[in-house]
Amino acid sequence: MNISMIAWITLLVPLIAAALIVLVTRTSKPLASGLAILSALVAFVGAWTLFIAKTHGDFLGFNWINVAIDLDHHFTIPLGLLIDPLSRTMLVIVATIAPLVFIYSLGYMKEEEGYWRYFAGLALFLFSMLGIVLADNLVMMFIFWELVGVSSYILIGHYFRKNSAADAAKQAFLVNRIGDFGFMLGILFIWLATGDISFASLNPEAGALQGQPVMLAIGVVLIFCGTVGKSAQFPLHVWLPNSMEGPTPVSSLLHAATMVAAGVYLLARIFPLLAASPQASEIVLWIGAITALGAGFLAIGQDDIKGILAYSTISQLGYMVAGAGLAVSAALPMFHLFTHAFFKCLLFLSAGSVILGMHHEQDIWKMGGLKNKMPLTFLAYLAGMLALSGCPGLSGSFSKDLIMAHAWADHRAIFWVLVVGAALTPFYMARQASVVFLGSPRSDHAKHAHESPMVMVLPLLLLAIPSIAAGWGFVKNIFFPEALGSLEEAGHLPWFVEWIFISAFVVGIALAFAIYRNPAKDPLRIPLLANRFYIDAFYDWAVATIQGGFARLCSFIDRWFINGILVQGSATAIWFLGFCLRFLQVGNIQAYAFFFGAGVIALIYVLLTVH
Amino acid sequence: MPTLANYLLASGILFAIGLGGVMLRRSIIVIFMSLEMMLSAANLSLVAFSRYGLVNGHQNFNAQILVFFIITVAAAEVAVGLAIIVSLYRARQTTHVEDLDTLKF
Repeated sequence: MNISMIAWITLLVPLIAAALIVLVTRTSKPLASGLAILSALVAFVGAWTLFIAKTHGDFLGFNWINVAIDLDHHFTIPLGLLIDPLSRTMLVIVATIAPLVFIYSLGYMKEEEGYWRYFAGLALFLFSMLGIVLADNLVMMFIFWELVGVSSYILIGHYFRKNSAADAAKQAFLVNRIGDFGFMLGILFIWLATGDISFASLNPEAGALQGQPVMLAIGVVLIFCGTVGKSAQFPLHVWLPNSMEGPTPVSSLLHAATMVAAGVYLLARIFPLLAASPQASEIVLWIGAITALGAGFLAIGQDDIKGILAYSTISQLGYMVAGAGLAVSAALPMFHLFTHAFFKCLLFLSAGSVILGMHHEQDIWKMGGLKNKMPLTFLAYLAGMLALSGCPGLSGSFSKDLIMAHAWADHRAIFWVLVVGAALTPFYMARQASVVFLGSPRSDHAKHAHESPMVMVLPLLLLAIPSIAAGWGFVKNIFFPEALGSLEEAGHLPWFVEWIFISAFVVGIALAFAIYRNPAKDPLRIPLLANRFYIDAFYDWAVATIQGGFARLCSFIDRWFINGILVQGSATAIWFLGFCLRFLQVGNIQAYAFFFGAGVIALIYVLLTVH
Repeated sequence: MPTLANYLLASGILFAIGLGGVMLRRSIIVIFMSLEMMLSAANLSLVAFSRYGLVNGHQNFNAQILVFFIITVAAAEVAVGLAIIVSLYRARQTTHVEDLDTLKF
């Protein structure tokens, strides 16, 4: 079996599994989940084979669209798989997280409705994400980009009988459309300017982009719109916390590897363009930093165990985007994505375990004291929480500190924004840990909570290992070869920068444990944060008032002007004319003959007299 | 020897009688016959013009030939027309035009 075969099998097997589940194995629960897990395992093996073999190449499948523009020029959209250091690493992340989540779902979804639908959605989700990772040109990536949108819609809206879930799915889809529209414009823009859409030949000096920094910046920022939507950056972040309506394993997959990571991956893919445009990277940098800080604040105000994690994801994505915006190397955001994927997946799966143990109670103020009831979950959660908080020595600290160190070297203002965000991270995570696991139980459910089944705990423990170790030097060297981009330290840093990072962690975690020591209810209630900076409310207002008002205006014009006057008006006029004329239809054949004869005579008269 | 004017007068009278029949009679058969009479009036004037109109001192028979064609076509038309009338009668049991006013508003 040659290497191109393996790549295609890796991509297509989840799709086949999804199709089989929908078409054949609807009735059988074990078959449906078995097929999905099998496909994920095949993808897992395929991805690691490609990774270990250090495959490098562009495997063309076929030319999807091939149009001759003139004799010499062809417009081609190939469907091919590009495997290079970047996609190899990403492939491994996706294909490693996915089987764990799939297996975990066995336990979590056991009692739920729509079992086969859920697993078909998962397999489709995996297929779409693998497509994004392996796509070798922008258009093909866009296709899979939209497929990710569709499959996330299916999965977020899994409990579609619940209004909030249906709304969340719809919102996720629509908000993503806004970003995707920019992405699409960006693709067209780049294609128009350079005449090329393949990643391998992205070149900031090509074609019309040469010597046109503004044009390049516009193109990059348009493509970045796709990232803003998919990776939930400010101002399009609202969908991600609401997407928590989906089953928890879906949130875990969505936040770790298969959806929000796509935006960061896109930035790494177009990195040559991004790095060549200082204006565009400045915008990317600020959007990322604002998101990192803002979402960090919002996470403090949340009561939902998954809501806190959702905002923490947004915040961490902000770090990744800011890391890309620093324009140092594509490896910088990818490294944080890599470490984040493991501990965020772990955190969500732990949260899912807690939720299941609590009989689907998600409010952290109804939990408490779970560390004795669910010791394994607590241990796994602790590993993820410390890694996310940036505890020195655990994976998160390596990647996050590296981004901040580069920010110190390149952009001092951004550095301070990110450091405040980095102090917020341990604060909100320790708040969650303290309220959920420590102290005393706050409800009956918490008193009678129980550890989850082994099929759920095992993925947790497996994930705890990379959560701790993913940032260590030798791991980094394996997954981030020099070809992906340099991960060097940012020049010579003053000695105290390292201490700023450590003190941010210590201050955050100490403050949180001091404030949240077994309180009965939230001692730090800030309406602005609990209401999500009123951004969601503002969007609701904007949609209802501005967009709704515009829609009503359009409806008015359509109903009364277009329909009433133009369409029905012309019809009414013709009808009235016919109504008048039909009085001439007297029904007497001789009268008709008379009219006819008179008409002929009149015609002859006119022809003879008028010149 | 009658003149051209005599022939045209006869043709005009014939046409007027035909027109009057078409306009005033109620039976479709009679209307049809009157119609044929109008056609014959036109034929008569054609032949008359042909007989009296000389081209370069010679008679022109073109119009007389044309009349044969018209008579032939008229014969075919009568066949079709009578067939329609017969089937109309079968359908409605009447050949009076006052009774055939279904298309009236």
